[in-house]
Amino acid sequence: MTAGTSIYAKNLTKKFGNFTAVNTISFEVKKGEIFGFLGANGAGKTTAMRMLTGLLKPTSGEATVCGYNVFTHGEQIKKHIGYMSQRFSLYEDLTVAENIEFYGGIYGLRRNDIKQRSHELYDRIDLGHARNSLISAIPLGWRQKLAFMVSILHQPEIVFLDEPTGGVDPITRRQFWDLIYETANKGITVFVTTHYMDEAEYCGRVSIMTNGIIAAMGHPQELKQQYGVATMNEVFIKIARQ
Amino acid sequence: MKRFFGFIQKEFRHLFRDYRSLLILLGMPFVQILIFGFAITTEVRNIHVAFVDNSRDVESIRITNKILSSGYFISSGTINDVNSIEAIFRQGKVKLVVVFGNDFAKQLQAGDAIDIQLIADASDANTANLIVNYTQSIVQDYINAPQQSPQLVPEVKMLYNPNLKSVYMFVPGIICLLLMLISAIMTSISITREKEMGTMEVLLASPLKSSQIIIGKVIPYVLVSFTIGVIILAIGYTVFGMPFNSNVVLLLFEFVLFITLALALGILISTVTNSQQVALMVSMFALLLPVILLSGFIFPIENMPAFLQYLSLIMPPRWFIIIIKNIMLKGVSLEYVWKETLILAGMAVFLLTVSTKKLKTRLE
Amino acid sequence: MRNIFIIVKKEIRQILRDKLMMLIIFVMPTLQLLILPLAATFEMKEIKMYVVDFDNSPTSRDLINKFSSSPFYNIVGSAYSHRQAEANIISNKADFVLEIPANMERELQTLGAAKVQFVVNAINGMVAGLINGYSTAIIADFNSEIRTELTGGKYTNQLRAPTYSYWFNPQLDYKTYMIPGILIMMVSIIGLFLTAMNMVREKEIGTIEQINVTPIRKYEFIIGKSLPFCLIGLVVLTLGLLLAMLIYDVPVLGSIWLIYGVAMVYLFAVLGIGLFISAISDTQQQAMFVAWFFVMIFILISGLFTPSESMPDWLKGINTVNPIYYGIKMIRMVMLKGASFYDILPELKAVAIYGVCAMSLAVRAYRKRV
Repeated sequence: MTAGTSIYAKNLTKKFGNFTAVNTISFEVKKGEIFGFLGANGAGKTTAMRMLTGLLKPTSGEATVCGYNVFTHGEQIKKHIGYMSQRFSLYEDLTVAENIEFYGGIYGLRRNDIKQRSHELYDRIDLGHARNSLISAIPLGWRQKLAFMVSILHQPEIVFLDEPTGGVDPITRRQFWDLIYETANKGITVFVTTHYMDEAEYCGRVSIMTNGIIAAMGHPQELKQQYGVATMNEVFIKIARQ
Repeated sequence: MKRFFGFIQKEFRHLFRDYRSLLILLGMPFVQILIFGFAITTEVRNIHVAFVDNSRDVESIRITNKILSSGYFISSGTINDVNSIEAIFRQGKVKLVVVFGNDFAKQLQAGDAIDIQLIADASDANTANLIVNYTQSIVQDYINAPQQSPQLVPEVKMLYNPNLKSVYMFVPGIICLLLMLISAIMTSISITREKEMGTMEVLLASPLKSSQIIIGKVIPYVLVSFTIGVIILAIGYTVFGMPFNSNVVLLLFEFVLFITLALALGILISTVTNSQQVALMVSMFALLLPVILLSGFIFPIENMPAFLQYLSLIMPPRWFIIIIKNIMLKGVSLEYVWKETLILAGMAVFLLTVSTKKLKTRLE
Repeated sequence: MRNIFIIVKKEIRQILRDKLMMLIIFVMPTLQLLILPLAATFEMKEIKMYVVDFDNSPTSRDLINKFSSSPFYNIVGSAYSHRQAEANIISNKADFVLEIPANMERELQTLGAAKVQFVVNAINGMVAGLINGYSTAIIADFNSEIRTELTGGKYTNQLRAPTYSYWFNPQLDYKTYMIPGILIMMVSIIGLFLTAMNMVREKEIGTIEQINVTPIRKYEFIIGKSLPFCLIGLVVLTLGLLLAMLIYDVPVLGSIWLIYGVAMVYLFAVLGIGLFISAISDTQQQAMFVAWFFVMIFILISGLFTPSESMPDWLKGINTVNPIYYGIKMIRMVMLKGASFYDILPELKAVAIYGVCAMSLAVRAYRKRV
C-alpha cells in the first residue's frame, strides 16, 4: 500500500452462511482514479461495495479506505466518503433544497457552506428553478444527477456509486459521466459499479467480477488487447463464458 | 384463470412468508380471549382499606374483621389521624378508609344511631361506588342480623348466562374486532403497500383484470379471517363453555356477510390513501374505535346520548354483534335476526358498489 | 447535538408535508375524546323493565311503584305469563323482568318472608350484574320501609347505617375518571404507531441505506427521530387537556407542569418501544401488527376501563412492564387528586427506567452495519 492509495483490499471475503458472496478479492485504487467495478447481477459487486463503505462487516481479509481499517474504523470511513445507493436515496417528500440541507447538515457542513455549495450545484446541473419542488415531482434523470451532487457535497475523498445510471436515458447518462470526470479532476476518487459496458470504457481502470472473484482487472484498453476484442462488451462476454 | 391463480398464490406467499405477522394474527384470538375473560370484569377485589378506630372496642374490632374477611379488601393497617387521609389517598394505594367514632360498642348496644364513616377515594367513581355499597351491606348485615323480618327475598334468574361470565359478551365482540381488523385493515394496508412500492403499476399493466387483482388480494384475508372466526368460536365453546346449540350454517353465513362488508371498507380506505401509515391511521380510528365503542361490544348502547345512539345505527359491527349474540347465546333462527341481516347485506352491497367504482376510476 | 437537530428538522418537514396525516393526528383524537367519554360508560340510565304481577295487591303495587319512581327503570309493559315475559327478552324489548308471585302480600304478613323473581338478560354479564345490584337495592329499601311500618317507626335503618362520603369526585362522575386515562391512551396510540412505522418506512423506501453510510451516530438518529413525535404527543395532550377542561369540566388539581413532565417521561418510554419495534421489523405491515398487538394488550389491562387491582396476579405481573398502566395511574393521580411529584415518584421512576431501556434497545436494534 503506497501513499497515493485511497482504497486497498487484500483477500477480502464475505460469506452469508455457506454462500460466499465475495471470495478473496484484492485490489488497490489510487487517489483521483475512476475505478469501474463491473460484473453481472449477483456477481458480488454490491456486497463488496457495502463492505468498503462500512455497511457490511467482512468475514475475513483486510481492507482500508482512506487509510482506515474497515473492520475497526467503519464509522471513521463514513466521514470521508460519499455514497449514492442503487435504491433511491433522496427523500421524495422533501424538496430539492431540503434534501441538500439535510445531507449537508449530517456531514457537518456549516449553514453558509451549504448555501454556497447548493448555489454551485444548482448552476452546475441547472436545477435552480426546481429548488422548491418535491423530489417526487422532478424527472428521474435529474434526481440521479442531484443524488450524485448531494453525495459529493461534503467534498469526500472517495465517492461510491452503486449503479448510478440505472434506468436513465443515454443523454442523461452522458451528462452524468461528465459530472464524474469533473469530480475525479478535483482529486476525488470515484468507485463506480455498473453493468453498462459502454460506461466501462470511460473508466480509468476496471475490474470484472464473476461469482465472487475478480476475473480480470486493468485499463479498458489493456483488457481489450488481452482478450483480443474491440469492445468492453466483448471482453465481458468472454469472461462470463469462461 | 391460470394467471389469476398464480396471483392468488403470490398473495398467500406474502402472507405466509412474514411469519411474525402470521403468528400474531393467529395468536391474537387466544390472547384476547384470555385477557377479556380475566381482565375485563367490573368485579372488585383486593381493594386496600385503612381504618381509623377511635373506639378500639369489641364491636369495632369485630366489624373490622368482618370487613376484611369479606374477600374484597386487603388491610393497609390503621391510621391515627383523620387529617392524613387525603395524603394517603394521594399516594394512590388506599381506596377506602373506615372511620369508627368514639364509644362504638355502647352506641350499638343502646340501639342509638351509630357512628361509622366510610370515606372513599372516588376519583375512580365506579369502584368507589361499589366498595361503599359492599362495606355498607357488610356493616348492616352485622348490625341488623337479629331482626330481619318481614322481608322480600329476590330470587334471581340470569337468562342465557347464569354465571355472568363476561366472556359471553366478549366472544362475539372479539370475533367482530378481529374480522374487522384482518379483513379491512389488512386489505387496505396490503393494497396501499403495492402502491407505495410501485408494484401496483406492474400489476395493472399485466393482463389481469382489475377485478381479478382485487379479488386475488382479498381472498387470502377472507380465508384467514374465516379461520380465526372459527378458532374463536372453538375456544369459546371448549375453554369457556359457551352454549352452542345454534344454527352453525346460519352463523357461518353471517360471518361471510360481515367479512365481505369489511373487505369493501378496506378497499374503500385504500382508494383514498397513498401510504400505509395513513391507511393504518384511518383504519385505526375510523374502524376500530367504532367497533369497540359504538357497537355495544363493551358498553351498552342504550346508555349513550341520543346522537351516539343514532351514530351507532350506521356502524356495521353493531348489527353484526346483535346477530351473533342472538344466534349463539339465545339460539334463535333467522326469523329473529332477518332484520339485522338485511341491514348488513344492504350495507355490504352499498360499500362494495362504492368501493369498486372508486377503485376503477382510480385505476383507469 | 447539531446532528439531532438536523434529523428533527427533516422529520418535522416530512410530517408537516403529509396533510392527510396531520389531519388524522389532530382531528381523530379530538373526535375520540368527544365520543369516548360519552360512550364508555356503564352507568345504567334506562333499564327496560317488564312486570308480571300475579299478586295484584296493594303491596305489589307499592313495589312496582318503587321501581317506576327510580330514574334507572323504564317500565315498558306488563305481561301475564312467565313465557310472555321471557319472549320479550329474546326480542330485546326488555332487559329485566320482575315477577311477583300470587299470595306475595299474604305470605309476607303471615310468614314474614316472601319471594319475588328477577329475570335478567345476562348476555352482557356486567350490565346484568349492575341491574341486579340496583334491583336488590330497591328491594332492600322496600324491606326497610315495611319493617319501619311494622315496628311503628321506632328507629329507621338510616341511622343504623354507616355514613359515607366520596372524595375527589363527590358526584361520582364516571367521565371525570375516564378522561385522563383516555388522554394517555390517545397519546400512546399516536406516538407508538407513528414511531413504529417511521424507521421501517425508510427501510422499505431505501433511504435508510443512505443514512447508514453517513457519519451520523445511532443514538443521534434515534433521538432525532423521537423528538418530533414527542412534540406531537405533547400537542395532542394539550389539545386533549383543553377539551377536557372546557367541555367536560374535568378538574386539574395537580400542577400542570407536573403533568407535562410526566407526559414527557412517559412519551420517552412509548416512543422508545415504537422505535424498537420499527428497528426489528422488515415491513410497515409487520411493525403495525406488532405494535397493535402490544397496544391492545397494554390498554386492556392498564386499568383504563376496569380496575387493575381486581385483576388476577398474572395480569398484575404483566402490568409491571406495562407503560400505559403507569401512565394512566400517574395522570389520574395528578389530575384528579392533586398528587405531588413525591406521590408519583415510584411510578415515574419505573417509567423513566423503562424509557431508558426501551431507547437503548432501539439504539442497539438499529443496525447501521449488518
